[in-house]
Amino acid sequence: MALNIRTYRDLTEPDRSALVEQIGAQRRRVADRMAAVRHVVAVLSGKGGVGKSYVTAHLARALGRSGRGVGVLDADLNGPTIPRLLDAPAGGGEGPRPAHADAVEAAAGADGVKCISMALLLRDGMPLAFRGPDSESFVWRGALEAAVLREFLADVAWGALDFLLVDLPPGVQRFAELAELLPAPPAALIVTIPTPESADAVRRALRAALERGATALGVVENMVGGPFAGSAADDLAAEFGIPVLARIPWHPTPDTWAGLAGRLG
Amino acid sequence: MKFLCINCDRQMVFEERQLPGDGTLAAAFRCPECGRCVAILTNPMETQLVASLGVKIGGRTVPAQPMETVRGMVVTGKDNAFVEDGKRETGNGPMWTAEAQERLARVPGFVRGMVKRIYGDYARDHGIAEITPTVMDAARSELGLEGM
Repeated sequence: MALNIRTYRDLTEPDRSALVEQIGAQRRRVADRMAAVRHVVAVLSGKGGVGKSYVTAHLARALGRSGRGVGVLDADLNGPTIPRLLDAPAGGGEGPRPAHADAVEAAAGADGVKCISMALLLRDGMPLAFRGPDSESFVWRGALEAAVLREFLADVAWGALDFLLVDLPPGVQRFAELAELLPAPPAALIVTIPTPESADAVRRALRAALERGATALGVVENMVGGPFAGSAADDLAAEFGIPVLARIPWHPTPDTWAGLAGRLG
Repeated sequence: MKFLCINCDRQMVFEERQLPGDGTLAAAFRCPECGRCVAILTNPMETQLVASLGVKIGGRTVPAQPMETVRGMVVTGKDNAFVEDGKRETGNGPMWTAEAQERLARVPGFVRGMVKRIYGDYARDHGIAEITPTVMDAARSELGLEGM
């Protein structure tokens, strides 16, 4: 005879674990912290080596020089470079991060840019490694990296910011996690180099971001006027109906970055 | 995840959580009607997945600490990556016995400050003036600090 078993929702006594509520509380913590941030901008490219971090850092500094409150979240957890690009050690980035009851202080970079990065937290030269079983770590590592991203959003004392730039690693997975964690999908700033190979990779990443609700601010073409030939920025702009925000030469000047910052409003 | 005592048709209630070793997470549930107790045992992979989500089986007993996952799960972090807010360590805070301090010193530096603060808050909340290894054991069990 079949047992008469009720459904999950039929059992209404208090659930002490309240796992769904715990996840909800994590999301509220992110939303509460981001409530003081006017614009979250994901700097993305499907391609590695196009200069996302370089563009992110210099754009952040230009925004800072123009009087905006700016933070940079280094979401490249396995290859973090933002503190060095922001000259954060000179601003206290190398020392321990002061931790308060509800948040950790961001490091201070050049031109008043705040930042958080695994580079500030890991031992020199060491990779990001997690405690856990050695076998089949691919099963849980992604969840842990998403948790680190969540804590970088929610547990850093960002304060009131005009822009929080999120420097993403190559690929689209980290963008998907970011869009999932934020109350609303972030805007996307696309970085490419002129080559058709870069355009191919960026196209896929941009499409994935748009499918997750991102608003594309436009394309930044980096390393223009050097050995890389092509029209990736123009091609992508035409295909997606978005502007080319800047063409960054091999030797950009502060005016180059100021121009890009001005296009962001 | 809920457990139903089929004989009594009653929802079982969470009893306690343990980490008995080998990466196993044990969560025990008891039927409020007949008292029957069952435990679910997760394998190391399942335990790791739960930890990766930053949730606590049996519920949270202390508020979420900033960078809890970073501090609790990263094994390649700097010992001096964080310095805790000193304000909460002053005043009429609990004393630490030498044995308790020795045990605290064995906690990795990356997470030590946060763990010390949690033990201190636990002692204050329970009116405990002196933190001993026994108090630390009680806090670990009660607060779900097995992984720290």
